[in-house]
Amino acid sequence: MTATTEETRIVVVEREFPHPPEKLWRALTQPHLIAEWLMRNDFAPAAGHRFNLSGDWGGVLDCEVLEVRPVEALSYSWNLIHADPALGLRSTVTFSLVPTPGGTRLRMEQSGFRPDQKRASGGAKFGWGQFLDKLDGLLARID
Amino acid sequence: MGYEYMADDQDLLFRTLADPTRRAIFERLCRDGEQTVGALTAQAGVSQPAVSKHLGLLKQAGLVRDRPEGRQTHYSARRDALAPLLDWTGRMTGFWEARFDDLEDLLKRMDQ
Repeated sequence: MTATTEETRIVVVEREFPHPPEKLWRALTQPHLIAEWLMRNDFAPAAGHRFNLSGDWGGVLDCEVLEVRPVEALSYSWNLIHADPALGLRSTVTFSLVPTPGGTRLRMEQSGFRPDQKRASGGAKFGWGQFLDKLDGLLARID
Repeated sequence: MGYEYMADDQDLLFRTLADPTRRAIFERLCRDGEQTVGALTAQAGVSQPAVSKHLGLLKQAGLVRDRPEGRQTHYSARRDALAPLLDWTGRMTGFWEARFDDLEDLLKRMDQ
């Protein structure tokens, strides 16, 4: 593994929906609709807007809208703050919408970063950085 | 979703490894193989009783095994204990796939 792959983890999930992009855009940007498929929230589709996503498990994500390109792309930060920085998570979630003959292809890309990656890099041989990336899930439960 | 199915034993692993000194000891065992408490103490920057205590907690979490030999105890890492924790991308992918399922349901309802 290289240092680069140790420091960033990327998750990509893509799916084609038999619905027009405009409709998907509404589901991605209207708070009452976001709540139906993702989490409770106080989202607003404006770059710089800060909001929270509240999960059923009791965890709260701190988010900030980074980019809004109507019906094309939406990006926001997806951070879990913790008193011990080794236990937090900083990541960015980006949705892209591409019209297809049958509807819309939605792509979600989440890039995760560890604030303490430097400290963790010593164990790169067995994927230490990768391991630390998982702490966010635990924290959601402990909080 | 993706966050919820972590078992209690994973909690214990995370809690155990949240301590930087303990993590360093475990990391060293992974990197350099089997070590005695004395050898680990020489590197750890903390007292031998402290190292022993950390090793006890690591053992309790299933992260190290000990092998008595004469008056010495040798410790080695059990890397396989980490396996359930290594797949962040897998867990997040599962989380998003489930969210996309709900999104699909929502889009159907929006038609009505």
